[in-house]
Amino acid sequence: MAGVSTTVLEGIRYLVANSDQALGLLVQHLKLVLVSELAAIAIAVPLGVLAVRYERAREPIMAAGNVAQTIPSLAVIALMFPILGLGFRPAVVALFVYALLPILTNTIAGIDGIEQSTLDAARGMGMTDNELLVRIQLPIAFPVIFAGIRTSTVINVGTAYLAFFIGAGGLGRWVISGIDLFDMSQVFAGALVGAVLAITLDLALAGIERQLRSDSGGQTAAV
Amino acid sequence: MTTLLASPIAMLPALVAEYVDFAATHFDELVVLTIQHALLAADTIAIAVPIAVTLGVATTYDDRAATVILWLAGIAMTIPSLALFGLLIPFLGIGSPPVIFALVLYSQLPVIRNTYVGLTKIDEATLSAGRGLGMTRRQRLRRIQLPIAMPVILAGVRNAVVIVIGVAAVGAYVGADGLGEYIFEGIRTGNTTMIVVATIAVSLLALAVDYTFGVVEQYLRLRNGETIDQALGTRFLTTLLSVRNTHQ
Amino acid sequence: MIEFDSVTKVYPDGTTAIEDISFTVEEGTTTVLVGPSGCGKTTTMRLVNRLEEPTDGAVYFDGENTRSVDEIELRRNIGYVIQEIGLFDHMTVGENIATVPELKGWDEARIDDRIDELLELMALPREFRDQYPTELSGGQRQRVGVARALAADPDVLLMDEPFGALDPITRDDLQDEFLAIQDRINTTIIFVTHSINEALKMGDKIAIFDVGEIVQYDTPHEILANPATEFVEDFIGENRLLKQLSITPVSDVMDPVEAHADQFDDVGGTAAAADGGERLSDPPSPSTDLRSSFITLLEADRSMSPVVEDGEVVGVITESGIRSHFRDGTEGA
Ligand SMILES: Nc1ncnc2c1ncn2[C@@H]1O[C@H](COP(=O)(O)OP(=O)(O)O)[C@@H](O)[C@H]1O
Ligand SMILES: [Mg+2]
Repeated sequence: MAGVSTTVLEGIRYLVANSDQALGLLVQHLKLVLVSELAAIAIAVPLGVLAVRYERAREPIMAAGNVAQTIPSLAVIALMFPILGLGFRPAVVALFVYALLPILTNTIAGIDGIEQSTLDAARGMGMTDNELLVRIQLPIAFPVIFAGIRTSTVINVGTAYLAFFIGAGGLGRWVISGIDLFDMSQVFAGALVGAVLAITLDLALAGIERQLRSDSGGQTAAV
Repeated sequence: MTTLLASPIAMLPALVAEYVDFAATHFDELVVLTIQHALLAADTIAIAVPIAVTLGVATTYDDRAATVILWLAGIAMTIPSLALFGLLIPFLGIGSPPVIFALVLYSQLPVIRNTYVGLTKIDEATLSAGRGLGMTRRQRLRRIQLPIAMPVILAGVRNAVVIVIGVAAVGAYVGADGLGEYIFEGIRTGNTTMIVVATIAVSLLALAVDYTFGVVEQYLRLRNGETIDQALGTRFLTTLLSVRNTHQ
Repeated sequence: MIEFDSVTKVYPDGTTAIEDISFTVEEGTTTVLVGPSGCGKTTTMRLVNRLEEPTDGAVYFDGENTRSVDEIELRRNIGYVIQEIGLFDHMTVGENIATVPELKGWDEARIDDRIDELLELMALPREFRDQYPTELSGGQRQRVGVARALAADPDVLLMDEPFGALDPITRDDLQDEFLAIQDRINTTIIFVTHSINEALKMGDKIAIFDVGEIVQYDTPHEILANPATEFVEDFIGENRLLKQLSITPVSDVMDPVEAHADQFDDVGGTAAAADGGERLSDPPSPSTDLRSSFITLLEADRSMSPVVEDGEVVGVITESGIRSHFRDGTEGA
């Protein structure tokens, strides 16, 4: 236990002493996560909608998503090296691939979970497929889709540590060089900043969700 | 991106030949690394599942305990694996021990959660039937709840195994055995062939184990009399079972 | 207005929901489809707005095969109250009601007025506009469902067991209110129910369904007087005569005032008690049903009563008149 508290104290001391560098790594890490996550949202939500709308697209989309998730994250990242080389872009592509599935499955589950009677009522009043999507399916599935985005983001922060292996920087740098140099204070400092980042992003997303929901509530009042 | 992508794709036949060549010349080592990787995962699961199922059963006794345990297991999932391995080195040394310890931790959430769900979703009528037969709580758990919850628990284990195989690859960085060694060596030496072959091997291992668990899970569901999606190798199993049933 | 021509519907799983059904719904009337659960009422209704397509035969709307009409257009001109209400819980009551007008592109002010108008029509307080459906009671939700279906002034209103999930008292109130609303909106209505009493109360015409087919399509009177088959007779159940009395208005049986002029001291008086019984504090009107008028006579221990409308005696209802109507009704059966 003495060892634990020493590591923690040393780690915090290291972090304070190298706060400039920490900030730089944090920004790199954040960029990796945000860019890949935004791309994942932009692709996974429409894919989920496609899967729900076209029965035939569903199986291949789900199968591809499941395979992408079963393949180890390190494998996805390492594979980018021969395909796209080193640096920021290959890392973003790998993180993007890895971030897709939670959003995809939640989009499908969220839309699938809507009661048949609600859909019947909407169709019965003459909504087209697109009106149904925008007015009914997406708003009702929104909390579930957003939960998928939150899960995906938190996982993404953890996976992004591996991006350092293919030269994309980020907090993995402290952790990996800490292991190489057997410097636990550096490892701890790197892990701590990432944990704070994950928690902050999760809370921020929760806040955004609340904001978006009350916004749409506000509009309704103005009809 | 297109130019970067175009070159390897144009060279694909040559590349494939190179990969096959590499795999052939390093066949023995690849087999050893794959087996080591699988054994590491098996060790982890052997330790993790009894703990997680016990915790899962415990959660069904007390709602507050359930919240706390699931929350802690959820927190553990968010610790970056590499950092956790590193931080365990001073206590457990280098190699497999810190990796197995961390992996046991990562396997908890899916198994605990599924045990909890599997045990609690059981029909109240089935349970009162058990009570009516004069079963004690412990007997009900062993004879009714656990068998019915089995497929769900197994689905959790399946989920955990996939995570374990994936994260174990990262463990090679702190000296654990397995296919991760080739991946890191490939990255270190810029040997892309080595990286590709090792990532394919580790992906195939994960997919194969996932598939096997999937089939077993479906088999258990069929045995419980549930209807299932006709996917995987289950069409085969369904026919097998129906043939057996019609012959009985 | 709506015509079913030899319509058969077989679902993809092989279930034949309805087979070779033909009937016509006239404009401005309420036609009730009634029958036990699973006999194909909902299916029949969903064939009108093309939520289902016929396997065989055709459905005509204003003389046009619905298949040749754009389904979206068709549905926007047909109000639909589904069995489970299906309110959009993520929208306020006002937004729910505004849905079809918005889809049709009405301007905001018009939609705004229309929401208020409908809330008033359905006796819902104005504050409900900005509330969410989950905050409402079952009866209130049902009212919102009807208001939403009526929002864009549909040519036809489809109502699938709209009052089915309500407690008996709320249901009775809503039925009465809806009868009054029906007079005001004058829309063609197809109304589904599994309750023969509701059918008799609400319908101008009633189609009685046995599994997959219509066994009788007639006015409530005709069905009560002359049930076509044993199934219909069973379905109507006991107290047929009482049911008949309940749906017959006084105006059908009353005599002209002149026929009884000698019996009244004062023909213009509203409650003369010429036959020796008590004075009637609340004499029947032409639209009162015979059952309650008969009870009124019994309670007052009288054999006849003036029928009063807007303070004027417009006819006379007599016990013997009711008796003979009773008799005529049963003779036909
Ligand atoms: N989508 C469907 N697929 C297959 N069978 C259906 C479907 N909808 C209804 N049915 C079947 O068709 C028959 C008539 O159903 P329905 O029209 O809902 O009856 P009702 O409204 O009179 O209760 C029932 O046997 C029902 O099970
Ligand atoms: Mg129905």
